[in-house]
Amino acid sequence: MSYYFTILSPTDVPLFNIAFGTSKSGGDGIARFRFPDTAQYMNQFIIHSSLDIVEEAQWMNGNMYLKHIDTYPPASAYISAFLTPSGARFLLLHQPPQLPNTGSATGAGGGGGSSGSILGGSFSASALGSSRASASSIAANPTSPQTEEAVRQFMTEVYENYVKTVMSPFYRQGMEIRSAVFRSRVTAAGRKWL
Amino acid sequence: MAQPPPRHATVLSLSNSNSNSNLSNASTAIDRPHSSQTHMPTPSTSSTGLRVPSNRKTIYDRHLNRSRNAELSRASFAFLFAEMVTYAQRRVTGIQDLERRLNEQGYPLGLRLLDLLFYRTVSGSTSSSLSSSSSTSASPPNRPLRILPLLHLIHGPLWRLLFNRPADALEHSVSPETPNEYMITDNDPLVNTYISVPKEMSMLNCAAFVAGMIEGVCDGCGFEAKVTAHNQPTEMWPSRTIFLLRFGESVMEREKVLERAGVK
Repeated sequence: MSYYFTILSPTDVPLFNIAFGTSKSGGDGIARFRFPDTAQYMNQFIIHSSLDIVEEAQWMNGNMYLKHIDTYPPASAYISAFLTPSGARFLLLHQPPQLPNTGSATGAGGGGGSSGSILGGSFSASALGSSRASASSIAANPTSPQTEEAVRQFMTEVYENYVKTVMSPFYRQGMEIRSAVFRSRVTAAGRKWL
Repeated sequence: MAQPPPRHATVLSLSNSNSNSNLSNASTAIDRPHSSQTHMPTPSTSSTGLRVPSNRKTIYDRHLNRSRNAELSRASFAFLFAEMVTYAQRRVTGIQDLERRLNEQGYPLGLRLLDLLFYRTVSGSTSSSLSSSSSTSASPPNRPLRILPLLHLIHGPLWRLLFNRPADALEHSVSPETPNEYMITDNDPLVNTYISVPKEMSMLNCAAFVAGMIEGVCDGCGFEAKVTAHNQPTEMWPSRTIFLLRFGESVMEREKVLERAGVK
């Protein structure tokens, strides 16, 4: 599973973004998107195109966490949104790993895909298999309740750190978040929940 | 001359710079502390690009609820607010300009308080019920979607966060021409407690600062509004203040759409 997380201001200015991979089930926390490295802008493109749906859902649902709101089937990218009360949007794009021997990009509903990182691993196959099976609900099925819950926990933790950023007197609304501490906190939250 | 370690060279140059006898020695030594000083702090700071406080605690390490029940001294607040008014009063053209400046000082505070308020209500409820996920999904408060919940948010939780009590009244304009006007009344605003306005500025109400906060909260929630503070003294409450909220056209239009859609 690969993730691309971004924070947008109420006026759609990107404030923060980060790409990371799953750390569950033997993942190494490195994002492996389906696009070639030269086409990483596709993530931003897909995420920003879901903003229209965010703005629709925003007034129909008063929760801060809007759950999974958009899917981009060609890349099997799933987008979850979280809205802060002051209007900043947290968007998370998640993309299940590409199955090695499936041609169709939309057929991602199957079992946990084996990412390339495990190939050289010397772990016992049974231990790996069981740990991957327990997490496969998150990895393989981006719309399952477990995934929603994990994303919600992740968003809530990021929100806490975001509030801390906002409370700083040197931060004005709409400023890019450059703090290295904030980045490491988001990475830690990603490692913990996703 | 090139041999002594840099630390000693710094000391030497300081002691030598007073006497002109050893100029050449001092000048070479002066170069050295520069290079050593610029080099010294980098290993600790370059990794993060950030100056970390000496106790290694950044703002991200502090808990946001720590000051939740802490109280601020009223005297220090009064002093600080008096200074803010004085600051805003510099180079203003009139009372309206002064009120605008106070409003602008309050606005960013409103945006921040909004996030803090929601964070505290969420974390306050989840800390007790973290284990069961079903109850947490129900407990976080909703973002206000309609005007009335927004006004209740300001009237109740926001006022309690700021002043430890709810506001005194919440009214809708009775005039049919101005359905977009709402009023929040505070009988005795804390900000005006220690302020006596001179006669020639009798229109001034320093609670424009609080009006700015309200405006920030409204804007943050996506309700474009203009908020002003007005004096409405009564016999019992000489500093009674009415905050007049005027919502924009776009808000009223959306309100109608949402009403038809049945959104609460």
